[in-house]
Amino acid sequence: MNKQLIVIGASAGGISALKTVLSGIGDFSKLPIAIVLHIMEKESELPKLFQNFIEIRVKEAEDKETIQTGHIYFAPPGYHLLVEEEGTFALSTEAKVNYSRPSIDLLFETAAEAYTDRLVGILLTGANEDGARGMKRIEELGGTVIVQNPETAYCHSMPKAAMEMVPKCRVMDLEAIEEYIAGLAKGR
Amino acid sequence: MDGQEQLETEKIEVTLFLEAVHLKYGYDFRDYSRAHIKRRLIRRVKLMNLSDITRLTSLVLYDPEVFRQVLSDFSINVTEMFRHPRFFRDLRTEIVPILRTYPSFTIWHAGCSTGEEVISTAILLEEEGLLERAKIYATDMNGAVIEVAKEGIYPAQDIKKWTKNYHESGGRKSFSDYFVVNYDYAILNQRVLKKITYLEHNLVTDGRFIDADLILCRNVLIYFNKALQNRALDLFRDSLLPGGFLGIGSKEDIRFSSVGDAFENAVNCQKIYKKKIEEIR
Repeated sequence: MNKQLIVIGASAGGISALKTVLSGIGDFSKLPIAIVLHIMEKESELPKLFQNFIEIRVKEAEDKETIQTGHIYFAPPGYHLLVEEEGTFALSTEAKVNYSRPSIDLLFETAAEAYTDRLVGILLTGANEDGARGMKRIEELGGTVIVQNPETAYCHSMPKAAMEMVPKCRVMDLEAIEEYIAGLAKGR
Repeated sequence: MDGQEQLETEKIEVTLFLEAVHLKYGYDFRDYSRAHIKRRLIRRVKLMNLSDITRLTSLVLYDPEVFRQVLSDFSINVTEMFRHPRFFRDLRTEIVPILRTYPSFTIWHAGCSTGEEVISTAILLEEEGLLERAKIYATDMNGAVIEVAKEGIYPAQDIKKWTKNYHESGGRKSFSDYFVVNYDYAILNQRVLKKITYLEHNLVTDGRFIDADLILCRNVLIYFNKALQNRALDLFRDSLLPGGFLGIGSKEDIRFSSVGDAFENAVNCQKIYKKKIEEIR
């Protein structure tokens, strides 16, 4: 099992925000990244879209797949993405959580339990409250919690909800998050 | 107790809970996805206002009603008619023409929940003029959902979504032809309902019970670990006649399973596989 994992959640305005925060990763990453982006599409074009400008491998997370360094995974549309204790993904079609499937909370909560203090949770722009409970769980288990600055976010409600639930989270602008992720990827 | 220590304790509690359920009721969830099981247990603990999973363990041991509740928690019963229309389109355009060449055929829908998807298959066969030739078995481990399925009565609020799915899947008639809509409920046409035999069957512990030409089991395997997935897939392989078909969920895969070599992709289908016909030497 990998030592560390980054999980990212984003909703309204999320594609553009994700493009920024992932753009600092070069051709190598020491950490895997798993992402839930709320999107209405039935068939996900997200991996393809992001692969256009990201050098490391971008793919849809598959059931029972082992989480590997140097990969960026997207939750498939219509499925919840869960992380198992042994560092693999699991999918679920259970009811929507926070009106969403995939739900950010589900990825964050299960990843927190699998990776505990070796998890970094990043919550970006969004118009709902998904992710806040997940961030709380990450904090409880000793992980790092970073929220996009609501003042500069496309939609502030999702980051704000997380800040209310996790007052001690780190609040950063997109550019600072980009640098932070790039640093982790390079092993700094 | 800090967070991580509590997490370790909860892992033990989950293991003990699953052992207790297995010993007491014979249902074996030990090889289910742990992340899924844990989540459902914690949800139940909160709903019942309990302090921890251990309290739930003692309740489940003494109260079969609590067990029935947990059984429903573990089996995800989120489903819809013609769910993932592309799958039913493949079934109609690629598999139905082959079934048409058989004088009669048998279908097993495993993990049927409240019946929406097996009804979709039956409606499809009715439209293709093949329903009379079909024997359809639909199974689930949860007796409660089977009772719902046998009634054939569904909340009318979902009809719009189902109708859309139906047409996207290549349905040619009016979807409402198959239901009598009565205020809040949609009652399934008896002709379709009568063709389906509902049975209790558990993919974890039960064995082969029929020879099938087509097995459908969608979005069930994702709740199993690899070992249990292989067990279920072995059972499907053994229950299928040579040249029979297996349909699975859009994000499920058999390539790297124990039966990967026994199947090939069905022509032009996304998630339907054909059991290879072994050469006789």
